Amino acid sequence: MSSLPQFQLKHTPFHERTSNLSLPQNWRRWAGHIVVGSYDLHVEREYWAIRDAVAMIDVSPLMKYMIEGPDAARLLDKLVPRDIGKMAVGQVGYTGWCDDEGKLLDDGTISRLSDNTFRLTSAEPSLRWLSMNAVGLDVSVTEVTEKMGALSLQGPKSRTVLNKVCGKSLDKLKYFRVMENTLAGRKVTISRTGYTGDLGFEIWMDVADALAVWDALMEAGRDYGIVPCGILAMDMARVEAGLFMIDVDYTAANHAWIEGQKSSPLEMGLDWAVHLDKPAYFVGRRALEREQAAGSAWKLMGFEVDWAGMEPLFAKVGLPPQIPAMAVRGSLPVMHEGKQVGYASTSTWSPVLKTYIALVHLQRPYYEPGTKLSMEVTVEHKRLHAPGKVVKLPFYEPEWKKK
Amino acid sequence: MTSNQYDAVVIGAGHNGLIAAAYLARAGKKVCVLERREVVGGAAVTAEPFPGYRFSQFSYVVSLLRPEIIRDLELPRHGLKILPLPSTVTPMDNGDYLAAWDDHDLTRQELYRHSPRDAEASDEYGRVMARAAKAIKPILGLVPPDPSSMSPRDMLRMLKVGQYAKSLSEKELYQIAKLLTQSAADLLNDWFEFDPLKGTKSASGIIGTFLGPNSPGTAYVLLHHYMGEIDGAFRAWGFCKNGNGGVTQAIASSARALGVDIRTNASVQQVIVKGGRASGVALANGDELQAKVVISAADPKRSFLQFVEQKHLPGEFVEQIKNFRVRGSSGKVNIALSELPDFTCLPGENALHRGAISISPSMEYIERAYDEAKYGQFAKNPYIDMIIPSMIDRDMAPPGHHVMSCFVQYAPYDIEGGWDDAKRDAFGETVISTIERYAPNIRRAIVGKQVITPKDIEMIAGITGGNIFHGELLLHQLFFLRPAPQWADFRTPLPGYYFGASGAHPGGGVMGAAGKLAAQEVLKDWK
Repeated sequence: MSSLPQFQLKHTPFHERTSNLSLPQNWRRWAGHIVVGSYDLHVEREYWAIRDAVAMIDVSPLMKYMIEGPDAARLLDKLVPRDIGKMAVGQVGYTGWCDDEGKLLDDGTISRLSDNTFRLTSAEPSLRWLSMNAVGLDVSVTEVTEKMGALSLQGPKSRTVLNKVCGKSLDKLKYFRVMENTLAGRKVTISRTGYTGDLGFEIWMDVADALAVWDALMEAGRDYGIVPCGILAMDMARVEAGLFMIDVDYTAANHAWIEGQKSSPLEMGLDWAVHLDKPAYFVGRRALEREQAAGSAWKLMGFEVDWAGMEPLFAKVGLPPQIPAMAVRGSLPVMHEGKQVGYASTSTWSPVLKTYIALVHLQRPYYEPGTKLSMEVTVEHKRLHAPGKVVKLPFYEPEWKKK
Repeated sequence: MTSNQYDAVVIGAGHNGLIAAAYLARAGKKVCVLERREVVGGAAVTAEPFPGYRFSQFSYVVSLLRPEIIRDLELPRHGLKILPLPSTVTPMDNGDYLAAWDDHDLTRQELYRHSPRDAEASDEYGRVMARAAKAIKPILGLVPPDPSSMSPRDMLRMLKVGQYAKSLSEKELYQIAKLLTQSAADLLNDWFEFDPLKGTKSASGIIGTFLGPNSPGTAYVLLHHYMGEIDGAFRAWGFCKNGNGGVTQAIASSARALGVDIRTNASVQQVIVKGGRASGVALANGDELQAKVVISAADPKRSFLQFVEQKHLPGEFVEQIKNFRVRGSSGKVNIALSELPDFTCLPGENALHRGAISISPSMEYIERAYDEAKYGQFAKNPYIDMIIPSMIDRDMAPPGHHVMSCFVQYAPYDIEGGWDDAKRDAFGETVISTIERYAPNIRRAIVGKQVITPKDIEMIAGITGGNIFHGELLLHQLFFLRPAPQWADFRTPLPGYYFGASGAHPGGGVMGAAGKLAAQEVLKDWK
């Protein structure tokens, strides 16, 4: 039986390199593409590259849209709770966006490349949503997902490596800023952004330049311990950084089957990116104003398991604590005095903090930092509860992240 | 000698009749099912017109068969296997094609190739339709209330539907109201721009009705077909192992195990009425069976205009049944093949052969096909839904050979001058030459073919008008109006006579809900 080219998931522009480097060949699906889960047989080396050296992650499947024209800022200001008017050229803003009931549809970054040119990244296809809201505005929306490759270079040595291969120095590029640059002679834009909470950059390029950029970075990074890194290690780092993921930590409002599955940006802890004082109306504004006034029923918080409190649960059956070595995307009940008051949506062992941590959704009033709660752990097929406490996000923020 | 005394007699051994009988036997009743033909199954039968080549003669896919029926009657233990039918490919006139695979990413990628806008709209459309299907689905399982009745029973049922409706958001209610009244064309034009996509999607809105994509009410039919469900999960259509006869064989086996007598070659002449109550049936061969209740699983016209003397029924009810629309609009061509059809758009043996292949290049194509039917002709360029069962279940054809099932619309029951052999041949030839445009080797691959017109459906399966749903899925023939106002609760104006077939709520398809619900109502009334 012939296999049709159409019967394959998409490859990223880096596939020729990534597919040869991955030892376990544990492909993961991401927005219609296949990407490497991990390159090594264990994720630790990739994880520690993020935290101690420099890790290179293929993030090409991110949806990318160019929004251009005299009304470009107006369109975005209408769509997102963030005040686009306050964004300078060269600035990048992280934001969620909502439906009319103020529930999150998606989240991503907006880069202001010039007064009238923006690039938006999203997790879900957004062309229809953007075009629908662009009616009557002098703006064009173009999807460039397949035209661009994207590499995320993360870790304390990432700047040093980039400085070796870039035409212009990255030293002055501040946190959440973007610049035009060249890398190995190829035109790229580089933003100081990432999904790890470490020092890091994302490099955006034409697909034709993808392999040249990859090779140049691998070469330049050799002396700094560069490691190609899959999305499994990134998943651990992003939990430490307190960064949530669509369809894992929240359900997009337009995917939800029932109201209870939806989340607002305030519930997800994005208060800092919801600018209710901005002049323009934006989709979901009224609902968010109401929620702001009344307080949120739920909050996304951090949860740290108390290791000393968990050890006896395992000791009773003669075992040391058994914690999955990777991030786990599965719901775990969070309890207060025997009653469920929330749930963890992603939990992971944090190698840098040496702590078992989780992103948790908690009902009022249990979301105050310091609140003592317990989270489900499975000890030899039995569901028990390990004590711990509510903490603010992020769990981990190195001093060099914003320096 | 078998006794002719039963608690219940069921007329018709289609899936609904067998299901009703099995549920009654499960409740301890002594039940007999009477089947006019020599085989059970009704319109869900597998036939072998050419040795070694087996066909689902009429209905050919499964999706709506209620999961609780599968569990209650232990159908898997009686051989039921529903195999996946994972894709739909629409060949286009320019040599390209449109495919919908059973994978979200692949389908999106494929549609994106034709229209990026539709690729995204399709995601959202799918979710809106799925939510609407989910919202309507519980109503399918409820006995429809009569909104004009003040009886406590009806009030309670109204309350149930009302409570349920209250759990929906305002937006969902608007969407449902719109879906119930719109045409498929209006609905699809609201969402999409790509013609082959709209054509293929609109086809589900006209199947089994005598309407075109532009006729109001067809949006609901689209939703009705959208409620495909296998094993309780929202899914697409499936193919039953051994054809759709496999479904009814499993139900019959379960019914027999529960003690049901199934008699074939037992044509019912009339329902016997004594003291104003149905008390049994008289067979064409002169035999009589006595029963406390009689349940008809035949179509509404046969059930009320043929089996029961009209003097036993209210005049208005008879009038309503006479006006019930049962216009057959589709035919079937079953083809035995020496090789696979080779489609120009995707040459060679490939994934397309494992799913449905739809001749539906645009809504206009289908509307024009309807135009011809409206004026008494079969469509010269018909909508065709093909599957190749032998690619899904290798036991359907000899090794290396294949069978192909072609559902064809439009073919009006009331064709000008009436159906005859010449017209049937011409209809079959039209279908072959239509397929030939997309798969040029089809003609030389034909080993045998069986052409079925709506008239044949009536003659063989015994469905008046040859309508595959026993009555069109029009809004004025659904819920509390199916088959007639005030008589949608499976009871009839004749005490002791019940009605549980596709012409009753919730309608057609190999769903079985009507048979099960009718049995439940019989048991509620049992004294």
